[in-house]
Amino acid sequence: MAESTLTKKRAAWRVKLEPRLEEPSAKHSLLVTLGAVVVALILGGVVIALVGGNPILTYIYIARASFGSLGVLSDTIVKATPIILTALACSIAFRMKLWNIGAEGQFIMGAWGASAVVLAPMLPAETSRWLFIPAMALAGLGMGAAWGFIPGYLKAKFNVNEIISSLMLNYIAISWVNFWIFGVWSEGGFQMSPKFPVGASLPRLSDYAEGIPFLRGLTTHGGLLFGIAAAIILWFIVYRSRWGYEIRLIGDNPQAAKYAGVSIIRNTILVMALSGALAGLGGMSEVTGVVRRLQTSPINAGYGFTGIIVAWLAKLNPLVIIIVSILFGALILAGREIQPSGIPKMIQGIILVCLIASDFLLRYRVRIVKGVEE
Amino acid sequence: MTESTPSNLIVEMKGIVKRFPGVLANDHVDFELRAGEIHALLGENGAGKSTLMNVLAGLYKQDAGIIKVKGNPVVFSSPRDAINAGIGMVHQHFMLVPSQTVTENILLGLDEPRFFMRLSEYDKKIADLGDQFGLKVDPRAKIWQLSVGEQQRVELLKMLYRGANVLIMDEPTAVLAPTEIDGLFETLRSMVAQGKSVIFISHKLQEVTAIADRVSVLRRGVATASGVESKGVTRQELARLMVGRDVVFFVDKKPVKPGKLVLDVKDVYAENDKGLPSLRGLSFNVREGEIVGVAGVAGNGQNELSQVITGLRKCNQGTVTLNGDMVSNRDTLFGIQHGMSYVPEDRTHVGSAPNLSITDNVIMKNYRKPPISKRGILDMPAAAKFADELKQAYDIIVPSVNTPVRLLSGGNLQRVILAREISGRPNFMVAVQPTRGLDVGAIEGVHRLLLTQREAGAAVLLVSEELEELLGLSDRVYVIYEGKIMGEVKVDSGEPSQSQIDAIGLMMTGTPLEQIQQEGVAAHG
Repeated sequence: MAESTLTKKRAAWRVKLEPRLEEPSAKHSLLVTLGAVVVALILGGVVIALVGGNPILTYIYIARASFGSLGVLSDTIVKATPIILTALACSIAFRMKLWNIGAEGQFIMGAWGASAVVLAPMLPAETSRWLFIPAMALAGLGMGAAWGFIPGYLKAKFNVNEIISSLMLNYIAISWVNFWIFGVWSEGGFQMSPKFPVGASLPRLSDYAEGIPFLRGLTTHGGLLFGIAAAIILWFIVYRSRWGYEIRLIGDNPQAAKYAGVSIIRNTILVMALSGALAGLGGMSEVTGVVRRLQTSPINAGYGFTGIIVAWLAKLNPLVIIIVSILFGALILAGREIQPSGIPKMIQGIILVCLIASDFLLRYRVRIVKGVEE
Repeated sequence: MTESTPSNLIVEMKGIVKRFPGVLANDHVDFELRAGEIHALLGENGAGKSTLMNVLAGLYKQDAGIIKVKGNPVVFSSPRDAINAGIGMVHQHFMLVPSQTVTENILLGLDEPRFFMRLSEYDKKIADLGDQFGLKVDPRAKIWQLSVGEQQRVELLKMLYRGANVLIMDEPTAVLAPTEIDGLFETLRSMVAQGKSVIFISHKLQEVTAIADRVSVLRRGVATASGVESKGVTRQELARLMVGRDVVFFVDKKPVKPGKLVLDVKDVYAENDKGLPSLRGLSFNVREGEIVGVAGVAGNGQNELSQVITGLRKCNQGTVTLNGDMVSNRDTLFGIQHGMSYVPEDRTHVGSAPNLSITDNVIMKNYRKPPISKRGILDMPAAAKFADELKQAYDIIVPSVNTPVRLLSGGNLQRVILAREISGRPNFMVAVQPTRGLDVGAIEGVHRLLLTQREAGAAVLLVSEELEELLGLSDRVYVIYEGKIMGEVKVDSGEPSQSQIDAIGLMMTGTPLEQIQQEGVAAHG
C-alpha cells in the first residue's frame, strides 16, 4: 500500500486470529473442554479465596460430598435423574433450533398428570405397581407433550415466538399445580396432596434392602432407568433414524430442508411435543420416585432450567447428557452442603461461561505474530 | 448540451481499478459527471456498476485511479468523507430504522441536534426540504408505515439534508411499482432543475432513454461507452455495448432428437418475497433430450420461476405440469418423487446444510427410500458407501465424506450438489446459475455433466446470466424480462449468428421479439 511508505508503523507483537479451515480433532476438543473446566475451577477458587475460604479444601469437600461414598453417590444420581430427562427434552428441541425454555412447565405438568392417575383417582389405590407405573408414565408423557405441543403449534401455524410462549406456560403450570394442591387435592389444608400408595411409587434400591442389605439407605429410584433408556432411544432417533435426519437438516438449514421436501410445520409440532413428553416423564419420575406426593417445593426446583445448561454443555449429544447431568447433580448436592445458595450456583455459572467461551478456540486458531499493524 | 469542460464537470473518475479476490471488478474505468445532468450507468449484473459507484460514495477504496470533485483530487476513506464532498448514494436496500420516524431517521448519525431532540422544529425543516424537491412524505410517520416508494424518498431526503449535490441512485426502479417510477422520474427532473446532478444505475433500456441526458456503459469491468448523449444513440447500439459480441466458446454438443414433452409451463403468475408481481403470464416448455436456456438480467423473475417449478413458491395463476402431472402449488416432495431435480442458485443457503457431513448432504433427496433407509431407519454404512461412490465418480476432492460441507471450496460444493441431483437419474432438471463463482476447470466439468444429462434423454432447464454458456449449451433459449418471456431463439449446432445475439440483447432489456422482427423488416425493407 502506498501509505505504508509515508507513515512508518512500529513493528510489535500482537495476537492474530485465524479461522480454522478444518474440523479440530477429537483429542483437541477434549483438551480444550478439560482446559475450560480447569480455568473455571481456578476462577471459582479465586472467588472462594476472596470470601475467606480455602479453595482446595472446598473442592475436596465437594468431591467427597457427592462421590465420597455409595450413599452420597446414590443421592447424586437421584439429583441427576430429573436433569437427564429435562436436558434430553431441551436437546431435541435445540437440535432443531426450537428454543424450548418451557421444560420446567412441561416437567411440572408431567408430575401433575402422573399424580392425577393416583389422586383423581383414575386407578384404585390397591392397583398393582405393574399397572400403576406404566399408567402414570403415560400420563406424565402425555401432559408434558400437551404442554410442549401448545408452543409448537403456535410457532408452526402462527409463527409465535416459542421462547416467550414456552416460558410463560411455565408460570401457568406452577399456578395450575398450586390450584390443585391448595384446593382439590390438599391434605388437611396443607399445600400438598396425600401420600401415594406403594403401588404408585417407583421402586428405590432401598426397597430391596431386606434381601440385599448392601442396598440399605440407597435412594436411587427407577427413574434413572427411564433417563438412560430415553437417552439411548433419543440418540438412536437423532443419529440413526429418518426422522432424526430431518430434524438435523432443519436445525442446520431450514431452507435446505424445505428444498429437500421436509415439512417444517409438521416437525416443529412433533419435536416440541416430544420435547415436552421427555420433560413430563422427568416430572413423573420425580413425583413418584422421590417425593411420592404432589407438592410444589421440590417439583419446581428449576430442573427444567438446569436442563437447558446441561443440554448445551453436552453439545446436545444424548449420551453425553447422562455424564454432564451426574456432574450437575453432584454440584447441586455438594452445593447444599457448603451453602444453601451462592457459591455452588456461581461455580456452575463460571463453568458454563468458560465452556461456551472455549468454543471460540475450536473455531479459531490464535497466533502471536510480530509484524506491522494492518 | 455543452462540451465537457473542466468548469462544468462536478465529478471526474480516471483509471479506476478495483479488484476483489478472483475478480477484476473495475478495469481502468473513466467516468465523468457534469453539473445538472442525469447520467445513466448501464450494464449487466456483475458488470461493475455498483462497485464503481461504491468507490465514488466512499464505501470501497480504489486500488488505482484518481477521483476529482469540482476539479480537486479527493481521497474518500468513508461514506462520511464522500457526503462532506457533496456525494450521496441511495442503495438498493434501504438503510432505515423501521420503528423510528422519518425525521429521526434523517437526523440519525448527525451532530445536530445535540441533546434535546426538538423534533417538531426538524419536522418542519424536512417537510420544507421535501416540498422544494417534490418529495412528499410525512416527517412524523414511522418508517414501517411507509410504502417502498416513500422509503426511497426518505433515503433521498437523507442525502439532500446532508447537503448532497451529486446523488447516486442504485437501481432505484427495481423496487418500485410503475406509478411510483413516474413519480421518481419527476423528482429527479426537479432536482436537476435546481442544480443537483444524478447518477442513475440501471440495466433497463427504456428507463435509461426516458430519463438520462448521457449514458455510460460497463461490461465486465470495462467502460464500453463513456458519456454518450442518449439522444444520439439507439437502443440496439446500447444493448450491443452492454451484452457484447464475444465469440461463443465451442462445446462439443452431440445432436439429440428432442423426445416427448416433459415440462409444460402455462401462463404462470407469481409474486416475489415482497408481494410484488414477479412472474406475469409466462409460458414455455422443455422436451426430453433438450437443454432449454432462460436468459435474462438477474432479478427478472428467474429465481421465482425455478421456485414455482420446484414447488418452493406458490403461483397465483397458471399451471406447471411435469410429464402430465400437475406440480405447481403442490409440495416439493411430489416433484422430488417424480424425477425432478434442482440445482439452486444459492449453494450454501438452499442447496446444502453447511454443518452436516458430505454423506448427510448427498442423501438429502434419496434418504426416504432403500438402500439409504428402511422402515424409517437410516442405514449409515449404505449412506457412507453411496457418498464414497459419488466422491469417486464426481471427483469431489476431500479427505473423507464425514467432512462438513462448509469446509469445501465452491467448485467442490457444486460437485456435491450436482452429484446428488444427477445420481437420482432425473427425468427433468432445473439448474440455476450452475457455474457462478467457479473457476474455468470446474465450469467445464459442470457443462459436461449437463450435456451428459441431455444425451441420457433428460430434459434440462438452464437458467443463467452467462450468455455464452446459454448459447453454447442450449438447444433453445427463452429470454425473460420482468417476468415475461420476450421471445424464443433456436440455437442450431454451431455458432449463433450476430443477429441472434443482438436480438437476445434487446429482449434482455425489454423489447419483445415481434417488435425486433418488425423493426428489422422495416430497416431492411
